Amino acid sequence: MSAPGPLAFCLRLLRRQLILAVRRPIEIGNPLLFFAMVVALFPLGLGPAPDQLASFAPGILWIIALLSNLLTSDAVFRSDFDDGSLEQLLLSPQPLYLSVLAYIAAHWLITGLLLALVSPLFALMLNLPAGAIGSLMASLLLGTAVLSLLGCIGAALTVGLKRGGMLISLLILPLYMPVLIFGSAAVKAAVIGAPAGPYLALLGAMLCLAIALAPLAIAAGLRISIDA
Amino acid sequence: MWTFFHKLGSPPWLYGISGSILRWLLPLTLLALATGLVWGLLFTAPDFRQGNSYRIIYIHVPAAVVALAGYYVMALAGAINLIWKMKMADVAMRSAAPIGAALTFIALVTGAIWGKPTWGTWWVWDARITSMLILLFLYLGVIALYEAFDNKEAAGKACAVLSLVGMVNIPIIYKSVDWWYSLHQPASIKFTGESSIDPSMLYPLLLMIGAFYALFTCCLLMNMRAELLSREARTNWVRKLALSGGRD
Repeated sequence: MSAPGPLAFCLRLLRRQLILAVRRPIEIGNPLLFFAMVVALFPLGLGPAPDQLASFAPGILWIIALLSNLLTSDAVFRSDFDDGSLEQLLLSPQPLYLSVLAYIAAHWLITGLLLALVSPLFALMLNLPAGAIGSLMASLLLGTAVLSLLGCIGAALTVGLKRGGMLISLLILPLYMPVLIFGSAAVKAAVIGAPAGPYLALLGAMLCLAIALAPLAIAAGLRISIDA
Repeated sequence: MWTFFHKLGSPPWLYGISGSILRWLLPLTLLALATGLVWGLLFTAPDFRQGNSYRIIYIHVPAAVVALAGYYVMALAGAINLIWKMKMADVAMRSAAPIGAALTFIALVTGAIWGKPTWGTWWVWDARITSMLILLFLYLGVIALYEAFDNKEAAGKACAVLSLVGMVNIPIIYKSVDWWYSLHQPASIKFTGESSIDPSMLYPLLLMIGAFYALFTCCLLMNMRAELLSREARTNWVRKLALSGGRD
């Protein structure tokens, strides 16, 4: 059997990651469950007044999306690092840049995309005006992809460490902040009827930058972690 | 020229040369700091609107400027370590992180003290203040990552990658004032065009900025020397140095 081309290899890797995820559906369900539970925390903590919740809803939804992304990104490379298949991947002649993109794409498909798709439900629970739901979904679709790319940098740098969990938050949360600012700003703009387009465009620009550069950092991080 | 480059990789040479640089740079730095402080605090006119409280600018602005520049130094040293596998660059990166974190902290604290009489509050979630806070987190993240690794070579490389990634944040810090302008005043000193600060206040400020750069360099060199000694504790040159009573 001849070796597959880079793109075919990348797609195979993506398929493998998705199959692995689908075979353990609870892993897909956990971030969504987390999202639902933290949404329930805010009315308990802030009080159930609908007006107040509505004004906080863009920020709340974005922060929860960010946290659930953070918590899942720790595991992206973990199992493959433990069973040695990550090392095999690094030794293979396939370009690591594309392989890393496959990992990130799989992570985004099973967390960010699903979160964006179910977010209208939680937006309604938090009394977010219906007019803002479109830009909430659009900002989450773009923004969670950036978060996945950034989160995987932290995951790659800490995958070799025994106690990576807390550390990855310290490394990655500062990088998440600009995404949070523009993501929630897009939703807030839509709430008051202002155009959300500029913010979505900025998120898109961040996504372009992150797609171009983050895999390089992740590939370097993986090599360092494997060598250590 | 290239022998100079190769010598940079030699710990005893670097230890010696940094010692002789410090011998004249440290007194000069202290002199500049003292001059700038006395000039700025005693001999400039009070501000038209802020009175005397604005004088904290002579600490606040230099600390913030050098805190940002320190991140570049750290990331650049990290990049040199990644590209040319130069151990001394790793020492520099490791030594720059705590100094930069301290300067960022000073900038935040003096900003809070300045904010109280000027804006009436210790802390506002203004774009530039928030960016400085993020910068502090970035510094602390690099330090935390370094400490988490047992293998110090891998730690240096991982921190180098992280600080290069964080460098993407620096343009956002610079641009943030334009993007989410709120309470903080925009930059008063411009290289092109008229500065909006009076020359009588500008010159002591520039002196203080220079002094803080020199202070950063001194702290960096001293930190590097300590790091070199602890890394090379088992080598001959350190033993000789210790036996000779610390004179190099």
